[in-house]
Amino acid sequence: MSNGKVDVVDVGADSSAAALKAAQNRKKAKSMGKSLFNWAAGLAILFALWWFGGYLIYINPDTTNFSDFGPIPTLKAFPELIAIGKIQAAVFTSGYRLGAGLLIAIVVGIPIGILLGRSVVFRELSNSPFQLIRMISPLSWEPIAVIVFATWNGAIIFLIAVAAVWPVVFATAAGLAKVDPAWFKVARNLGAKPWHMVTEIILPAIMFDILTGVRLALGVGWIVLVPAEFLGVTSGLGYSIADARETLSYDHLTAMVLTIGIMGYILDSSCAMMIKKYSWHH
Amino acid sequence: MERRNGVRIDIGDLTHRYTAKTPLTFEKVNIKAEPGEALVIIGRSGCGKSTLLHILAGLLEKTSGIVQLDGKDVTEPSSHWIMMFQAPHLFPWMTVEQNVGTGLRFARWPEEKMKKRVAEVINLVHLDEFAQNNTQDLSGGQQQRVALARSLVMEPDLLLLDEPFSALDAFTRATLQKDVRAISKQLGFNLVMVTHDIDEAVIMADRALVMAGSPGEIVHDFKVDLEDPRERQDPEVQAMRANLMEIFHQAAGVPVDSPDEEGDDTSQQDVELVGN
Repeated sequence: MSNGKVDVVDVGADSSAAALKAAQNRKKAKSMGKSLFNWAAGLAILFALWWFGGYLIYINPDTTNFSDFGPIPTLKAFPELIAIGKIQAAVFTSGYRLGAGLLIAIVVGIPIGILLGRSVVFRELSNSPFQLIRMISPLSWEPIAVIVFATWNGAIIFLIAVAAVWPVVFATAAGLAKVDPAWFKVARNLGAKPWHMVTEIILPAIMFDILTGVRLALGVGWIVLVPAEFLGVTSGLGYSIADARETLSYDHLTAMVLTIGIMGYILDSSCAMMIKKYSWHH
Repeated sequence: MERRNGVRIDIGDLTHRYTAKTPLTFEKVNIKAEPGEALVIIGRSGCGKSTLLHILAGLLEKTSGIVQLDGKDVTEPSSHWIMMFQAPHLFPWMTVEQNVGTGLRFARWPEEKMKKRVAEVINLVHLDEFAQNNTQDLSGGQQQRVALARSLVMEPDLLLLDEPFSALDAFTRATLQKDVRAISKQLGFNLVMVTHDIDEAVIMADRALVMAGSPGEIVHDFKVDLEDPRERQDPEVQAMRANLMEIFHQAAGVPVDSPDEEGDDTSQQDVELVGN
């Protein structure tokens, strides 16, 4: 076999591999472009429908006073609200309450979920009480929370934690049920101590499920946050909406509603990115 | 890696049953082995050979009897005796390198020392170019090599193998059988393997122990006195295989096939006497 022949074969293989990679990159770029277009188109449709709704309200003499709900007044209200720091303050306060409630739900929910997944006795013992408590609407705890907690802040954080803990608990337990029992045997065989089982085996193995639970918990917490802020408090996104309604500032009201949507969307997307990052499933 | 001394294995009157209501898995099993020796336990499915291996690994409690390594009772798992299972059971969220270093992380080895040892062992099992790969991207044979490296990194005195090659294709299995035996001889540790594959026993064992009956017992202790490296087509290997096959059939109570019926080329196949 001559060297020339080998070279020809190698060059051919290299160029075909490069061509394949280039084709794959083109396909990936095309697919990303299409996804981006659909994402923008979806938002554009939503805004078009909103605009059309606002227009119908505007042309009807009975409802024309409510035309500030439309997209143009709302978008005009944004710089105004940002300039006086109202949006930032509301987002910060609500974000703090949501973060604290979610943190409590995670800290409490993960160990309970692990216990639920690992101990048959605990699972059987806790099943009825958990299912019963889980079915109580989080907001129905509000009167009790107001009595128990000295501040409204504490009560709201409690309500968010009560709402958000269940997705974390059940997602953690469901994740653990899927863990290969042989991993524990292998780890024991390699000298794992009980804490290694938790930090090196259980948590990485079920991180995908935990984060999925946190994502669900975030959604539930975000939904509970706004109605919880309608009562008692004088800060936060829920309060800002109630306040705008009282002062008939419909453009401010819609701007705050839109802020809630945008913040929720950003938080959910961040969770989705983390799930993608920590997922080991191929 | 440093050469090990292996261990003296002493199993005396070992008896096991899973619960008080279940029949005995095996009864009064006696096995002795010298440091560095490779034992292969062959037997039908259900005769208790895997249970015996789990007890020897400290992963299962015995009912009665003695299980000692170098005169010390085996009561729990240890980094001195490591078991490889039928499936590799790698941790899929880790790279090859991280999987191999798992035991060392548990033992809190310093980072630099750990990296050096892991690299040595990955090199020993010929997986250098895959060190940073996720284990899910590897073939079955490569995954079993990672599991082997994960066991070897602990520098065990005894490696216990529970049919670790049974799910692999014939070519990969043959390569790994030879590699594991060569590594065990190179590093000087003991091997105790259970299998139902006669060829595997002949290729890997210094002694093949035939386990049969219910409850199970060791019915034959067969010295596999062959030079290394062992090739399946070698007439001596084939003769040894035929002897072991006959002993196994007698122990199992199965009539021995005549050479004509069995065919001359069976040594080229993976003869599995009893399926799982």
